[in-house]
Amino acid sequence: MATVFKKPSFLTDVPFHYCPGCTHGIAHRLVAEALEEIGAKGHCVGVAPVGCAVFAYNYFNCDMQEAAHGRAPAVATGIKLVDPDNIVFSYQGDGDLASIGMAEIVHAATRGVNITVIFINNAIYGMTGGQMAPTTLLGQKATTCPDGRSVEINGYPIRMCEMLATLDGPSYIARCSLADVKNVKQAKKAVLKAFRNQKEGKGFSFVELLSTCPTNWHLSPVQALEYVKNQMTEQYPLGVFREV
Amino acid sequence: MSELILKKELCKGCGLCVQACPKKILTVSDTETNAKGYYTVEITRAEDCIACAFCATMCPDCVITLEE
Amino acid sequence: MAERKLMKGNEAIAEAAIRGGCRFYAGYPITPQNEIPEYMSWRLPQVGGRFIQAESEISAINMVYGAAGAGARAMTSSSSPGISLKQEGISYICGAELPCVIINMVRSGPGLGGIQPAQSDYFQTVKGGGHGDYRMLVYSPCSVQECVDLLYDAYDKAEEYRLPVMILGDGMLGQIMEAVTLPEMKDAASFAKKPWAADGTGVGEGRRIINSLYIVPDELEAMNRKLQKVYDRMCENEVMCENYRTDDAEIVITAYGTVARIAKSAVDVLREQGIKAGLLRPITLYPFPKEYFESVMSSPTVKDIVAVELSMGQYVEDVRLAAAGRKKVSFYGRSGGNVMSPEDIVEYVLKEVK
Repeated sequence: MATVFKKPSFLTDVPFHYCPGCTHGIAHRLVAEALEEIGAKGHCVGVAPVGCAVFAYNYFNCDMQEAAHGRAPAVATGIKLVDPDNIVFSYQGDGDLASIGMAEIVHAATRGVNITVIFINNAIYGMTGGQMAPTTLLGQKATTCPDGRSVEINGYPIRMCEMLATLDGPSYIARCSLADVKNVKQAKKAVLKAFRNQKEGKGFSFVELLSTCPTNWHLSPVQALEYVKNQMTEQYPLGVFREV
Repeated sequence: MSELILKKELCKGCGLCVQACPKKILTVSDTETNAKGYYTVEITRAEDCIACAFCATMCPDCVITLEE
Repeated sequence: MAERKLMKGNEAIAEAAIRGGCRFYAGYPITPQNEIPEYMSWRLPQVGGRFIQAESEISAINMVYGAAGAGARAMTSSSSPGISLKQEGISYICGAELPCVIINMVRSGPGLGGIQPAQSDYFQTVKGGGHGDYRMLVYSPCSVQECVDLLYDAYDKAEEYRLPVMILGDGMLGQIMEAVTLPEMKDAASFAKKPWAADGTGVGEGRRIINSLYIVPDELEAMNRKLQKVYDRMCENEVMCENYRTDDAEIVITAYGTVARIAKSAVDVLREQGIKAGLLRPITLYPFPKEYFESVMSSPTVKDIVAVELSMGQYVEDVRLAAAGRKKVSFYGRSGGNVMSPEDIVEYVLKEVK
């Protein structure tokens, strides 16, 4: 018998610490599969964020650096400039990338630095216990907007792909969802393309993955996928926003 | 002929595989737990598996290996 | 080959860092240190290094974190408000045990302050401006040549102890032009190997993780104890201090950096007037030259200590700690970017001490 599906060897044997049903695990697997497919083993450095994925350095089977909150694109820039032959990626959540790290991601993008950024958007601060994120939907409840996010107090959710696509630097910007098999397969293609681009020297590539947080959304894992499909994709339309 | 191999010690019983399976051959046990205390996934009708790997695609914890 | 040149302090610092092995620089413009990034921007590419102008001080220090973590000899420079912004990154760099060089050409504060020379970042620098139990090797050169000499070996020290080396200067030191002897370019083959560096080659058991996160209290405490041992070893081996005419001194003036040069002139003037003055000049601010101070504080000849600095009284606190009540410690400070003259110091000593 031939193995048709298994855990990619670009993931270590360390079990994920994520909550049951959290799609971080799927995103990790897609990144690992893509790194394996482009042959990055032995010349790859990943950058972990602060947030739920803070322990990402335990999971990817390559050299890793743990960055301060929001600073992963700057750290990745430093790593890439030291050895441009390395495949360098950052893996960041919405609080890390779209709030405290907004300057770093925008300038890495406009500089067109040849790295791959994986952006996990689950519209909430997971690790700290469900506070409002820059991407929290209007009306969505969080522990710091218990009545739901309101425009008057909190303003509007940020669409990172659309914003970064206004820049001339990036080579590839796409948003995918992890809500079902079809979308996960689509996401895999986008992640792979983002890493291929780097290997081919095309420059900054960015993939946003609409993800779940069953724990802090107070939904079952299956209901959380439905929330991504029905609510999140309305605010965050899927697609390719820039391709050069 | 295909075989689903489950690393149940990694399973958190989230049920995403159960929902993804087009043949509905998976279920989360309501009796069996692993060392971490999670009710784990189990196969009810292995012979109906069509080796689509949808379950493994949606599994966030790399529990499932598929051989064919 | 060593060469003799007339150079501005900031430019000499950049050149000396490169000759000492620096191949990565990230920074952000701020007066009075702009000649450093400007010089680096054209000079580093000539030697196969990389220069990048970051979008902020925060990004610059984190680029240094990434580059140092990947094994490069990396550097950033700034001035007081910018160094404040870098504090988070400095703490992470110390937590992750990364060697690098950081230059602070201090300007007066608080807040936006002014661009004139000051020494009001003393607390921030030697007591840890960022969070957590960490220390850096801190040098306070008083001349352009001393900048060059300290910078030249700074990476070797940073890598030996795996921590940042900070140079604490000021606008006066950065802008002044002096003749310097530049040492020859160090050979990278002589640099210590870095098995810990995340250079991309790690797989499986051989993976390198650059990290400062320790969730288990016992592990973090063990890490802090390990760091403390490194700091203790540094304190044992790296103290640098200059005694000037202190042998028979009754009044010991103590000052660091550019102020020490002014104080040295004041000592000479006082000596000409028959007053037995001397100067104690720390070159390392951390480690603090405790033993040098101890010999002064326990000397029966010494009657008075005068701490002179460009702040409202920061360095003087460590001098008073060293005195431990045994000697009277007077303080003469200027602030706001005002710099005292040798005559000001002489006048203070004659009026307040003698």
